[in-house]
Amino acid sequence: MDASTTYNYKVVRQFAVMTVVWGIVGMAVGVLIAAQLAWPVLNFDLPWLSFGRLRPLHTNAVIFAFGGSALFATSYYIVQRTCQARLFGGPLVAFTFWGWQVIILLAAITLPLGITSSKEYAELEWPIDILIAVVWVSYAIVFFGTIIKRKTPHIYVANWFLGAFILTIAMLHIVNNIEVPVTLTKSYSAYSGTRDAMIQWWYGHNAVGFFLTAGFLGMMYYFVPKQANRPVYSYRLSIVHFWALISTYIWAGPHHLHYTALPNWTSSLGMVFSLILLAPSWGGMINGIMTLSGAWDKLRTDPILRFLIVSLSFYGMSTFEGPMMSIKTVNALSHYTDWTVGHVHSGALGWVAMVSIGSLYALLPKLFGRKGMYSNKLIEVHFWFATLGTVLYIAAMWISGVMQGLMWRAVNADGTLTYSFVESVEASHPFYVVRTLGGLIFLLGMFLMAYNTWRTITGTDVEEIDDKIPTAQLAH
Amino acid sequence: MTYDDIRGIATLLAMIAFLGVVFWAWSSRRKESFHEAANQLFDEKEEEVHLQSVKKEAENNE
Repeated sequence: MDASTTYNYKVVRQFAVMTVVWGIVGMAVGVLIAAQLAWPVLNFDLPWLSFGRLRPLHTNAVIFAFGGSALFATSYYIVQRTCQARLFGGPLVAFTFWGWQVIILLAAITLPLGITSSKEYAELEWPIDILIAVVWVSYAIVFFGTIIKRKTPHIYVANWFLGAFILTIAMLHIVNNIEVPVTLTKSYSAYSGTRDAMIQWWYGHNAVGFFLTAGFLGMMYYFVPKQANRPVYSYRLSIVHFWALISTYIWAGPHHLHYTALPNWTSSLGMVFSLILLAPSWGGMINGIMTLSGAWDKLRTDPILRFLIVSLSFYGMSTFEGPMMSIKTVNALSHYTDWTVGHVHSGALGWVAMVSIGSLYALLPKLFGRKGMYSNKLIEVHFWFATLGTVLYIAAMWISGVMQGLMWRAVNADGTLTYSFVESVEASHPFYVVRTLGGLIFLLGMFLMAYNTWRTITGTDVEEIDDKIPTAQLAH
Repeated sequence: MTYDDIRGIATLLAMIAFLGVVFWAWSSRRKESFHEAANQLFDEKEEEVHLQSVKKEAENNE
């Protein structure tokens, strides 16, 4: 390749640092609302601090601000390094960064004010929706433009996953947010009734499938081989993994609407596709974990690799649990209970957050010309905080959820309900306390990461990589 | 044609597509190029470009 080519690392640095910042913000809001469920007094009788308004703020912040920034950072890094080309699009690149930050700030202002379209994970009102669409299309132009001008013969598999993530999110976001504006801050969905619900969960489930899965699998396919210093276990499997995963996920949405006004056949279709999903999901997990085959000892010494591999284990666990919960009879017990919340967080904390954290620990020193993070010891402590926090969280929600499901369906011999609803709320209380504790431990880990990142970027006691660059090339 | 026919055909087409991908991925003709693609992460020349880019970005911020 052209010796004068350099990559655009400015935008990668910006997104990488903001990932840590938004991670702390989003998870702190999560801990607050978890505490509100355990101790309702923490709503402070203020509407803009109430659970109903902060919960969408938490989900938007962790998914789109934290997860989104992690995906922007890693995708811009991966696409440049594997295509051996500088990011395409010139000013469009900076626009995606600033545009995305403005969207996050607008969300942080409008959601506590109660401005919402009320669609889960798509709560933001129409002017922000339009801005998201513009930024996202710019992202697609930058990403695919870079792929087109690549100097390598192959499009490395990570880019396939990232590309599918970018394209599908554009489609889902635009279709689900077709709405009729009434005022600047209020709109109504263009769809009505059952059809609106179906489109919403086609969006909602594929936000999981393409944003929280395909995107982060792209991250995995680059950073796991890089960190293990060996090529992916099976490149063939990665191709079958890709096509099977994307063609199956798109149909699984109806499992969010079992036993509703949705036609029964649609519900069954969603269930069957959810069950099939187990195969590609586990194919990907096995491909990632087996990349370490023959080098398992690295897990003992490298906490970054441990983050990545444990994230894959949580991915395997939640992609087993998901298909099980999509079975109608299991769903009859689990739906509307805390089990769902536990399932989501085994994916969100265990998979999405941990693979992002591991990837960032690998990425940050590279971006800032350091040999490694400021402290490996702190990464190790962070790893245990993250693991312990996740396990406490999901175990509490499993027990609470199954208990709720059983209490709600219990009937006396005369056909009356054994328990009133509030009795199940009361029974859940101790688990809400444990959940808050788990979340708090996870959040503390993020503070360690912020400190470690700060010291890595600014510190003088971190080794630099200057000596690795041949002097002849430094001359110009 | 009934709905059941369409369902049968759709299932068959999906199976053919899946097997097509599997055979394509496992064909021996693809072996060499997949090996190259998987190992392109460890290209040493590319590593130099990366280091240059880091250097340049650091200079821009001085």
